[in-house]
Amino acid sequence: MTSIVKPRIAHPALPKNELGLTRRQYEGAMSTLCAGCGHDSVTAAIVEACWGLSLRPEQLAKLSGIGCSSKTTAYFVSGAHGFNAVHGRMPSIATGANAANRELCYVGVSGDGDSLSIGLGQLAHAIRRNVNMLYVIENNGVYGLTKGQFSASADVGTKSKRGEANTQPPVDPVLLALTLGATFVARSFSGDKRQLVPLLQAGMRHQGFALIDVLSPCVTFNDHEGSTKSYAFTREHYHAAVEADFIARAREIAVDYAEGESTVVTMHDGSRVRLRKLDPGYDPSDRVAAYDYIERKFADGEYVTGLIHVADGSASELHAANRTTATPLNRVPYERLSPGAAALGKLMARYR
Amino acid sequence: MPATQPAPDRLNDFVIKFANVNGTGSASANTLIMKAIFRSGVPVVGKNYFPSNIQGLPTWYEIRVSADGHQARGGRVDLMLAMNIETYARDVKEVAPGGFLMYDSTWPRSALLERHDITVLGIPLAKLCNENFDGVRNRVLMKNICYAGALAALVDIDLEIVRALVTEQYAKKPKLADANLKAIELGYRYAREYLPCPLPLRVRRLDRTAGHVLIDGNTAAALGCLYAGATVGAWYPITPSTSLMDAFRGFCERYRVDPATGERNFVVLQAEDELAAIGMVVGASWNGARAFTPTSGPGISLMNEFVGLAYYAEVPCVIFDVQRVGPSTGMPTRTQQCDLLLCAYASHGDTRHVLLFPADPGECFTLAVAAFDLAERLQTPVFVLSDLDIGMNDWMVPELAWDDAYRPDRGKVLSAAEVEQLEKFQRYVDRDGDGIPYRTLPGTSPKAAYFTRGSGHNQSGAYTEDSAEYQQVVDRLTRKFATAATLVPKPVLEGPGNRPVGILSLGSCDGPIREALGELARRGYALDYLRVRGFPFGAEVEAFLAGHERVLVIEQNRDAQLKSLLTLETAVPKHKLHSILHYDGLPLTAQFVTDAVVAALGAGGRRAAAAV
Repeated sequence: MTSIVKPRIAHPALPKNELGLTRRQYEGAMSTLCAGCGHDSVTAAIVEACWGLSLRPEQLAKLSGIGCSSKTTAYFVSGAHGFNAVHGRMPSIATGANAANRELCYVGVSGDGDSLSIGLGQLAHAIRRNVNMLYVIENNGVYGLTKGQFSASADVGTKSKRGEANTQPPVDPVLLALTLGATFVARSFSGDKRQLVPLLQAGMRHQGFALIDVLSPCVTFNDHEGSTKSYAFTREHYHAAVEADFIARAREIAVDYAEGESTVVTMHDGSRVRLRKLDPGYDPSDRVAAYDYIERKFADGEYVTGLIHVADGSASELHAANRTTATPLNRVPYERLSPGAAALGKLMARYR
Repeated sequence: MPATQPAPDRLNDFVIKFANVNGTGSASANTLIMKAIFRSGVPVVGKNYFPSNIQGLPTWYEIRVSADGHQARGGRVDLMLAMNIETYARDVKEVAPGGFLMYDSTWPRSALLERHDITVLGIPLAKLCNENFDGVRNRVLMKNICYAGALAALVDIDLEIVRALVTEQYAKKPKLADANLKAIELGYRYAREYLPCPLPLRVRRLDRTAGHVLIDGNTAAALGCLYAGATVGAWYPITPSTSLMDAFRGFCERYRVDPATGERNFVVLQAEDELAAIGMVVGASWNGARAFTPTSGPGISLMNEFVGLAYYAEVPCVIFDVQRVGPSTGMPTRTQQCDLLLCAYASHGDTRHVLLFPADPGECFTLAVAAFDLAERLQTPVFVLSDLDIGMNDWMVPELAWDDAYRPDRGKVLSAAEVEQLEKFQRYVDRDGDGIPYRTLPGTSPKAAYFTRGSGHNQSGAYTEDSAEYQQVVDRLTRKFATAATLVPKPVLEGPGNRPVGILSLGSCDGPIREALGELARRGYALDYLRVRGFPFGAEVEAFLAGHERVLVIEQNRDAQLKSLLTLETAVPKHKLHSILHYDGLPLTAQFVTDAVVAALGAGGRRAAAAV
């Protein structure tokens, strides 16, 4: 099977963004995932997010590992370079790419197997390094391409399609990211585009590592009764703690909310995220409280979603910490990189 | 003094070995002596035999003084500085008959030191230092400097040179300079008064080190990376390659920081493991930066998966493998050339990689630069296979020099304007017939975008499971490898090239082989010698193999990996090749080469070798 080419016919009345591009120009190849796969909804949300941000397609770099989720980087923004790395190792590719060119917008798409089993180490260290990127985990609790084995995010007691129950405790990427000091941690659901799109936009604009764990049900291997990652179960146990609206730099906030209900966080580029707390008293800037809140809600059988934690990540971001020059390293002229023959001659005195 | 026979005068041709305890600061004293001899205009080479340990284990340092400029390990010891009580027994044994041994005579000499064919010299180092210095650590450190002073007297090194070196080294710490100078004087004066100075082992000023430096291969390779314009380095610490990245970072902090703003034109990433280190290099190179990782055998094992991706997706990357003794953890502080096959065919599936083989620190510098040019020209991983002997020991090489006219070869990279001229950009099409496709960098333009993947892909980079499309790409990779054979550095031939027997070798075997060739010639064996510097092997290697009746392949591993590579990748009939293998973890010696060549050729071989 070769890749499927999508017909590209754009209706003249399609809305255009600030660059004059329609949503169609942010699409990619035809998806080859199962019909109804949550990942396709995430792909659509990414298309919408990039279009809404008026991101120049070539300014995006799409990175992924191996697995169903990792295939999806081919399904959006065909005008951007993509890199399908090896299994679980996308974070190191993203780190190196970002080191070489700090100007692009890096979006990594991974899955629960790719990120929480084989790639757990690389994910953890990319968070520690605070690489400036958006890292999306399409989390379905199951291995799809190899036909239905539990992944490391499967909940205790959740049942496989064949009826066996998982006994090992899950790795929760949100708790992991909070533990490691991530400055942007969110959870969403592939079926909730209204929540997901602004989170993706805010994550792309966040200076530093932004993690969004997206519950994205597998219709083929994990959408049955007894699964805690099915559409039905997720809808029922979904608890939005904080709603986020993304407001692009130049735009005004259209609707006013009563004081105390909303907080506005200004991103590094001047754009803003307005957070509406659905649970009064919840403070998304308090990392410890966020951790505690998630654990308590989980004990009550609820998955907390929304922008769970956000803080200023700009100081510890990889290049800020390194004090890298503003010019992307791949564009620094060679003349500025070579100390020259005279300097080498002088240096040689050290070795005599 | 119980010398049984007068030692022959060994002017500018002898070996000093220091037996120390690691972590006691002996390295600076030993380097001081080596540099002083070097500054006397007499060629030297230093070899460090150290444990995989921080403190308390035996460590040895060997200085070979060689007026003829031989680079190899000497293979004998003329003067032993026995400073480690734990190793006295073996250190005494190692001294050549007629040689000398100096020890700390503060405490009674151990019975173990008895040997009647060597001269034993005692100097009360601890006593001298305890009387003259305060503080336990200081006394230990000064003991080393004190024996350096005594040594200067014994082998007749000009004290002014030693003093100048100390003053330079501690230019910013005058107190330390004073203490060190005092320790030097103590040792020097004691030796002059109580010991038979100078010994027959003497340094006499020559003028054979001008235009040369003493430098290790890792430092030189780091300079190569700096001058090649590398901006991203990623690594996971591993002996014996760590000092390469330490040096690169040091040079960058000196030469790549804007003095006005403090902004840095480099990123050094300490990865969580070698898997991540190579991933970072692949990511950075994909994005158009020159990026590299230094490692050793265990690191290469871990990097295999990504190396295959870089080969198949055609991403440049530069990997330094400073080889150490394997298999597994092996002996991390001993040297070998044991990763040739591992690197040549790294990763699963059909993969073959470009390898470069520096022979000394000078070539670590030039081949590091070549590695970046080749990696970007060929869009593939390039391995620089150094080893611990080259990487971590000080070698005397011509001063590293740079040509300011150099500009990096960035290979076939299309700009947005160039892509605009095309009907369609196709990442993996062979437009020039050399097997090398054109690439674009992320951020160029929507039309220049493509998908980089390790899964089956067609000429456009699109996913494929179509047999014909798959084969089209991998067959082009074969053609690209043939192009590589024409681009890697040419081998170096010694001799007329038409003798019946030839030696073929690589890397750090070079010094011992060249030294042995002289001795072999004196004994009637005339051989050609070809040193390969790159893989895939080019036409010159094929011609050498075809043009000799017998080829002795000398290498430092057990399994004859270079010979295997020759039989796999050239037309040479296997029976023509004879292996000479050295794999005990110590650097090869000329004596070993001479003996092995004589054994291989026999008396008949001498006639055959001399026939032309």
